[in-house]
Amino acid sequence: MVWINDIITGILIGGLYALFACGLSLMFGVMKVINLAHGDLAVVGGYLAVGVITVTHIPVLWSFVVVVPLMAVLGYVLQRTVIQAALNRSILTTLLVTFGLSVVIENGLLQFESANSHSLGVGNSIITSSFSIGSQITIAYLLLLIFVVAVVVLGGMQYFLSRSRYGRMIRAVADDQEAAQLSGIDYRHVFGIAAAIAFGTVALAGIAYGMYSQFAPTTGTDTILLFAFAAVVIGGLGSLWGTLLGGVVLGVSQAIGAQISGSDEFLAGYIVFLVVLVLRPQGLIARRSTS
Amino acid sequence: MTALAETTGRSAEKYRVTRSRRNVAWTGIGALVVVVVLALFPYIIGAGTETIMVQGFIILTLASMWNLLAGYAGLVSVGQQVFVGLGAYFVLALNINRVPMFSALPVAAIGCGVAAIPLWWLVSRLRSGYFAIATWVLATTVELIIEKISSLGSGTGLSLPHTPSLSSAVLEAYTYWIGLAVTVLALLAVYLLLRSRLGLVLTAVRDDEVAARSSGARVGLARMIVFVVAGIGCGAAGALLAVSQLIVQPSAVFSVQWTAEMAFAVIIGGLGTIEGPILGTIVYMVLQQTLASYNAWYLIILGLVAIVIAIFARRGLWGLVDDYLHVRLFPVGYWLWDPAAAGRSRSLRFGRRAGGKHS
Amino acid sequence: MSEASSAPGGEREDGAPILEVRDLTVYHGQLRALDRVSLRVFPGEVYAIIGANGAGKSTLLRTIAGLHHPTEGSIRYDGQDVTKVRPERRATSGIAMVPEGRRLFQSLSVEENLQVGATYARKGPWTIEQVYELFAWMKERRNQRTAQLSGGEQQSVAIGRALVANPRVLLLDELSLGLAPVVVQRIYGMLPQILATGLTVLLVEQDVSQALRVASHLQCLLEGRTTLEGKPADVTPEEVEAAYFGLRSAPAEQGSEEPLWSGSTTSSRES
Repeated sequence: MVWINDIITGILIGGLYALFACGLSLMFGVMKVINLAHGDLAVVGGYLAVGVITVTHIPVLWSFVVVVPLMAVLGYVLQRTVIQAALNRSILTTLLVTFGLSVVIENGLLQFESANSHSLGVGNSIITSSFSIGSQITIAYLLLLIFVVAVVVLGGMQYFLSRSRYGRMIRAVADDQEAAQLSGIDYRHVFGIAAAIAFGTVALAGIAYGMYSQFAPTTGTDTILLFAFAAVVIGGLGSLWGTLLGGVVLGVSQAIGAQISGSDEFLAGYIVFLVVLVLRPQGLIARRSTS
Repeated sequence: MTALAETTGRSAEKYRVTRSRRNVAWTGIGALVVVVVLALFPYIIGAGTETIMVQGFIILTLASMWNLLAGYAGLVSVGQQVFVGLGAYFVLALNINRVPMFSALPVAAIGCGVAAIPLWWLVSRLRSGYFAIATWVLATTVELIIEKISSLGSGTGLSLPHTPSLSSAVLEAYTYWIGLAVTVLALLAVYLLLRSRLGLVLTAVRDDEVAARSSGARVGLARMIVFVVAGIGCGAAGALLAVSQLIVQPSAVFSVQWTAEMAFAVIIGGLGTIEGPILGTIVYMVLQQTLASYNAWYLIILGLVAIVIAIFARRGLWGLVDDYLHVRLFPVGYWLWDPAAAGRSRSLRFGRRAGGKHS
Repeated sequence: MSEASSAPGGEREDGAPILEVRDLTVYHGQLRALDRVSLRVFPGEVYAIIGANGAGKSTLLRTIAGLHHPTEGSIRYDGQDVTKVRPERRATSGIAMVPEGRRLFQSLSVEENLQVGATYARKGPWTIEQVYELFAWMKERRNQRTAQLSGGEQQSVAIGRALVANPRVLLLDELSLGLAPVVVQRIYGMLPQILATGLTVLLVEQDVSQALRVASHLQCLLEGRTTLEGKPADVTPEEVEAAYFGLRSAPAEQGSEEPLWSGSTTSSRES
């Protein structure tokens, strides 16, 4: 019965993983870019929040309002300049460039911050406490809130992609870049929008992670990137709800792994990831249309 | 007259196809001289420099392997550190069982080659980005598994228990020579591999995979061989690491930083050329030594330079040299000599170069 | 907007050409796909480019649309030089292309495909509703995925997607590819309605007889060079055949040496 609590925690944390993953999925789906710096961007978001709070003393929850749009703009600019230049060469180049960015960001953070972990205190006591259901289950409000936010953001993205004009443009460019150009769409701008969304959501996830846990300069590649990728692969590319499912599966695997042995928490997740990668690389929810 | 002679008015017999532009004997002798000079270093330089050179050997070996994977076989792996770690741990495991560490090195390398086979099976069907991530996950997973083995030191690592009882100067020298041997063998292996049929297959695949397959090229087999060879090479480098450090720690030997270092050395030096990794390693070592006191700076600068070069000078520094001087130290391509244009540089060049229109 | 010519034929050079291509040379890698090709399209015309596989027809259209860069030559649209203009800017200026193989957006529904086409639409008679009127079956199935449509239906959606942008010049690339003759005829049968709204059509077609049936002016390409140019009524089947296949008996092979026009409107029959 002790398991139920951990499984529920695993499910809820899956929401956070899905939030990490949706930007990665978007960038890959739209412009076929695998952003190896994706995890580090979440950490950058966290550090930016720390910096903003330190300088302006605004409440922690307000840091989102400042950092997320800032990161979105950064994403647009980086996409239109560096990543587009790499894309014009080849996919291999984008892989190398994003890897390079990842190393530069991490070492930059190591250089200017310390190697120590940071955490964003939440400040609001209600959120740091938890509530109970019955005698077995205790859930932290913060985690529940993060899960709700994740679902709302994913739902919002899904709605945006399927109903709005820009969402249609993004899907069209993802399907056929050239045909979209023939309809008057500047795909570079659309790529920029997609990157902006990706950077924004991953910063959001990074700050949330900072509230729930701690981050250090290397957290981006140590944990976040692989988790994000695991969620995307397990759930299947092309479906945001699939990414949520993937995140949940990952979270639950980790919870079960932690039950077996404290140190096996991450290992369990990676093994599930590898299994899916080998057996069913298209994920649990295969993309609806052929690509 | 042959049909060719009819249309062109020239006889086909007068065309020559050679493997290199100038007489390659000169390059061979040059290389030999370099190796001999390097071998004499322990008599000239101090132990501190020897250690740095060994570091350079490790990076150079890793870089030429990564270049083989990414530049020729099109396999971008960000998980090669798995073989570095496995190589180091093989040495540790063997040494615990009283195998002398220098003898353990080749065994470790072979062991990594064997380990590469099931690992290849896991990732072989994946393409580019997925392949990259899978190799990374694989490396992390192997690291976590090894960290559970207490006899190998768990998470904190272990020193090599049975080191030879030699003076430290002699030990350094032996380590240096072993390192030199590993590097020379690695470069030789890559060179011979690319001159062989395998090299031709890889070039064909890089230009047009479908056409290559339909011509009968065993693409999957070619890639697997490359992956295994790279596994052996990286394993040897990891074993060398263990021998030179005399201690094996999981977070150090399995660090993704190894991939960063080998990838940056290759990108800066020149992806898809054999000379590139050499040049890149030199640049890397120079940067590392000059910025050593600034901690993370050399990786930041290295990373930025690599990004700029990847975008603007696709074939790296060696590519720039090659463009202007038309020099190829390790000839693996083909030169076509047109008799009518003797004396002028009208030869056509074919052959293996990453950076073609598909790269 | 200038009134379209009432029928194919009549004096071509009354006004200015809406599309003018001069000495266009395009390379695919080392292969020369187009060798100094020139043409002029006047408003209201149906200008057909014919030729065998690999003759360079699609390359010509794609270069006009902006998807390929010429090494030499120029493209003028409505009097402006658009040679260096990006494809999406050309599209918003009024050059719409229906690409070879349809190239519909697979993950979008029929209506969404049309909506994308209308993203940067100019003002004009064509709306999504108009397209539904043109193709009667479409409105009912507008929420279906395009993968579920037949080839002919997909072609209709692709044409509709180009029409809703309200272009002035419509480029049609190999409409008949992969479609049954009866379907092809039905689709080409729509041309009069399309032309009636003031469009000009430049089409590429492998099916020569189909092209001859709808064209008001035609040009034949062979290995990237123009081998024939004129009105369908003025060329004989033998001349077309010779130009198409490049037989030596074809009169006056146009190519790098001779400009297509030098102030006169003589057809290529005279050398």
